[in-house]
Amino acid sequence: MYPSKFDYVRALSVDDALEKIASDEEAKFIAGGHSLVPLMKFRLATPSLLVDIGGLHDLSYIKDEGDHLAIGALTRHTEVEHSQLLQAELPMLSYVASLVGDPQVRHRGTIGGSVAHGDGASDLPAALLALDASMIAVGPSGRREIPAKEFFKGFLETALSPDELLVEIKVPKGVSSWSYKKFNRRAQDWAIVGVAAVKNGSTKVAFVNMGSSPLRSTGCEDALRSGATIEEAAERAAEGIEPPSDLNASSEFRVHLAKVLTRRALEELS
Amino acid sequence: MTQVAEQGTSVIGKKVLRREDPALLAGESKFVADLDVPGALNIFVLRSTAANARIKAIDTTAAKESKGVVAVYVAADLESEWAGPMPCAWPVTADMKNPPHYPLAKDTVRYVGDAVAVVVAEGAEEAADAAALIEVTYEELPAVVDLEEAAKDTHLVHESLGTNTSYVWELNPNPEALERAFSSAKYVVSERYIQQRLIPAAMEPRGVLAIPSPIGGDYTLYSATQVPHILKVMAALTLGIAETKLRVIAPSVGGGFGSKLNVYAEELLCLALSRRHRRPVRWVEERSEGGQATIHGRGQVQNIELAADENGKLLGVRVSLIADMGAYLQLVTPGVPLLGAFLYHGVYHVENYGFKAVGVFTNKTPTDAYRGAGRPEATYAIERAMDALARKVGVDPAEIRRRNLIQPEQFPYNSPAGLVFDSGDYPANFKVALDRLGYSKLREEQAQRRASGSRRHLGIGISFFVEMCGLAPSRVLASLNYSAGGWESATVRVLPTSKVQVVTGTAPHGQGHETSWAMIVADKLGVPLEDIEVLHSDTAIAPHGMDTYGSRSLSVGGTAVHLATERVLDKARKLAAHQLEVSEEDLEYSSGVFSVKGVPGKVMPLAGVAFEAFTAHNLPDGMEPNLEASVSWDPPNFTFPYGTHLAVVEVDEETGKVELLRYLSIDDCGNQINPLIVEGQIHGGIVQGIAQALYEEAVYDRDGNLLNPSLADYLVPSAAEMPSFELGQTVTPSPTNPLGVKGIGEAGTIASTPAIMNAIVDALSHLGVTNIEMPASPERVWRAIQDAVAS
Repeated sequence: MYPSKFDYVRALSVDDALEKIASDEEAKFIAGGHSLVPLMKFRLATPSLLVDIGGLHDLSYIKDEGDHLAIGALTRHTEVEHSQLLQAELPMLSYVASLVGDPQVRHRGTIGGSVAHGDGASDLPAALLALDASMIAVGPSGRREIPAKEFFKGFLETALSPDELLVEIKVPKGVSSWSYKKFNRRAQDWAIVGVAAVKNGSTKVAFVNMGSSPLRSTGCEDALRSGATIEEAAERAAEGIEPPSDLNASSEFRVHLAKVLTRRALEELS
Repeated sequence: MTQVAEQGTSVIGKKVLRREDPALLAGESKFVADLDVPGALNIFVLRSTAANARIKAIDTTAAKESKGVVAVYVAADLESEWAGPMPCAWPVTADMKNPPHYPLAKDTVRYVGDAVAVVVAEGAEEAADAAALIEVTYEELPAVVDLEEAAKDTHLVHESLGTNTSYVWELNPNPEALERAFSSAKYVVSERYIQQRLIPAAMEPRGVLAIPSPIGGDYTLYSATQVPHILKVMAALTLGIAETKLRVIAPSVGGGFGSKLNVYAEELLCLALSRRHRRPVRWVEERSEGGQATIHGRGQVQNIELAADENGKLLGVRVSLIADMGAYLQLVTPGVPLLGAFLYHGVYHVENYGFKAVGVFTNKTPTDAYRGAGRPEATYAIERAMDALARKVGVDPAEIRRRNLIQPEQFPYNSPAGLVFDSGDYPANFKVALDRLGYSKLREEQAQRRASGSRRHLGIGISFFVEMCGLAPSRVLASLNYSAGGWESATVRVLPTSKVQVVTGTAPHGQGHETSWAMIVADKLGVPLEDIEVLHSDTAIAPHGMDTYGSRSLSVGGTAVHLATERVLDKARKLAAHQLEVSEEDLEYSSGVFSVKGVPGKVMPLAGVAFEAFTAHNLPDGMEPNLEASVSWDPPNFTFPYGTHLAVVEVDEETGKVELLRYLSIDDCGNQINPLIVEGQIHGGIVQGIAQALYEEAVYDRDGNLLNPSLADYLVPSAAEMPSFELGQTVTPSPTNPLGVKGIGEAGTIASTPAIMNAIVDALSHLGVTNIEMPASPERVWRAIQDAVAS
């Protein structure tokens, strides 16, 4: 399809990017373009200006910073997938990145783009939510750190303000076991339901595509804290959650899947 | 010289790499959207957002003032352009209802996607921007969506017809005998299956470019079409252009699967607007637009009944179905059920047969031929029903088939529907397939799993198909009221430098005819493959042709090439005999050289013969110059490829997810020219059939909105979802044509859908599951299990 008319500029630095995005209220950042361009082609997004941050190579890195790993927002999925550092310290993130889209998507799409898009059906946001990651954003009023739990607000809505740029994702180390269950019909698709389970001290469980944004399973986590069995905790997985219905699954079936997949994920943890 | 067809080392049957592929893989092939014509206008077609509505008003004022816009037209503005309505070439009955259909809807829109206005602009984006400014006021009427509801005529798609039924077509040679078969049967199974609508989703969307000549009134029409020849005739008639003034070219075409076997509104609009504006006019389909504007496939509700005796031997087959025409009849819409009508008893011998199809209009995109066209539907019904019969009789699905297969000594087999199956050894093919799969061992494994209480259930699915293809004997087409013939033409021309031009009337769009036709000619003439050029898909170069669809090209078009090559060789032999001053009988021909038997050194290469034919200095009396022959060949019968396809699946009881563990096929398509191409066709075909079983469905809501026109929601599977296919073959040459070939383009699609669905039902049969609708999504499978366990 044909997108609406828009202007396009390349950002030369983070400061330059912030300046350019501030120049136009309807401006949007573009990195890999794998979330934004489809929306533009359907004319569901009609930015008047695209600020391309694809050239900001200093935002592409994966660093060991002691108690956490720092991942630059422009790091592509394929780099997350194949990073030896991540495979050693946070193998779950490499695994989840390997499930995003298809090889072409993974070579263009970036972790920052996926997080900033905030799609409840994407794999990485829910995984980062379970991992208790936090997002570093810079804007006109400086740099701030936003915990994942406060970052994802609603349908394609995050805590980022329009003039802020996501620059880094911080992920704590110390994961003793993990499981990620992606249930879909075709390999390249978004999850119909996904479950990320992480043991890092306590056990955290997050869902893909069970709501308008990535969600933590408070029912399951509460149950586990109070000593419930895996079966009992899984049965409470979808407590308080009303997942959407679409062509791939009804809300009722999503609830059922969430329980089954949570049980299987928890079994893998123990 | 490479790849010379030496005697005894024929190139036929070798896996020759496709000569089409380097350009395709390097992105050098030119598709319609790649054609950069200076000064071309672009059009955007505004489509209805209502399924059934009266157009109260269309306001184009703002659109006309939009940047880059040259003109905006609604139906009334273009009425003078049409000499007639859009064509339907298959009036299946004398009283078939075929309401007039024009490129733009006039007072009423009848499906979401129906064209209501066209914007002509300098740029494609400008045309799209302007179209967004057009305001259409609709008065919405109830949409006719469900097939069985449509047949009740509660609401009408075409009010003036007074009914939604377009036609009723019946084949019932002996109704009383059929009744007796059912009343005397020990077992009767009665099954109802739904063939969901499918979106063909060829890799290249459609595209059209019409170029008027500056003088002389000629037009060149480029189109992503499977049928340049049919399109030329139909476009000339519809637009009132002399056929001699119209040239149609199909450049590289990226797949069709039947969806480009048509005459579309946009082809006619581009031509008409190029005539009006005296400038080239271009249209390139958007992907989601294609989901609405390009024909759909399938769309049937089938009722099939089998009558069998105490041993499970078939006594009668009776079928009644409703077929979804969509809102209008496109080129061969009503004929699609007829292509399956004769095959609902499959590979099984039966005496009594009855078939009835009711074609109904609905407020949805028109349907038409889609890979297999009628035959996948027939195969699905009989193969699913045979499994149901096996359950009823209490025997293994393989055993019920063995008891009923047509036997080798019955060929040529006079079918109860009136066909003559050409050749086959069904029991042998079946045995090879089951043995290679390890069928009995898998049954043991299945029993063990069930005994162990596993919730991952193993299922084995059998599908044994036969199809009729090689379309088609023209006289048979006449008996079915089809408005054209089924012949194919070829010209073979040996040029003065002994390079060879082959001109074919087929229109390849992925099938590899350039490779296969060159192999046929190289084998016969003994010239290097690279010396042979195959020309096609341009009506100025290949004026006669019936194009490519229905697995017809090799058995009909390839045969024409073969026969034309023989004629060339006959003439060359006469000329060589004359030059060598011997009789024709004294000549041998091998590796491109005529030699005189028993006289070493007395030879004349084809190159010499070709040059003599060109100079014409010394021809036998009465012989015309040039070494060239043309043949139009009309096949005496259809061909009947067949084969056994077997699927092994694992079904996760908790999630309903189906995992395809193995897929094995033993196909018999007669002789194979290029097994590499045969395998490619089988691979793609199997995936396309699996797509219907597991993934694809054009979903409409109750208001007639298509919910999944984009490839994000319409689930075309990829290699990642497939196991590695295990392919094998048996070979029973067809006696219908001198090449002994049968056709392979649709076989995989015809066979694989029931193989998968039988496997899923087989996996869950011990839980009481007997049917699951397609596509068998995890939720459908899960619900079927819940329902079965609950009851």
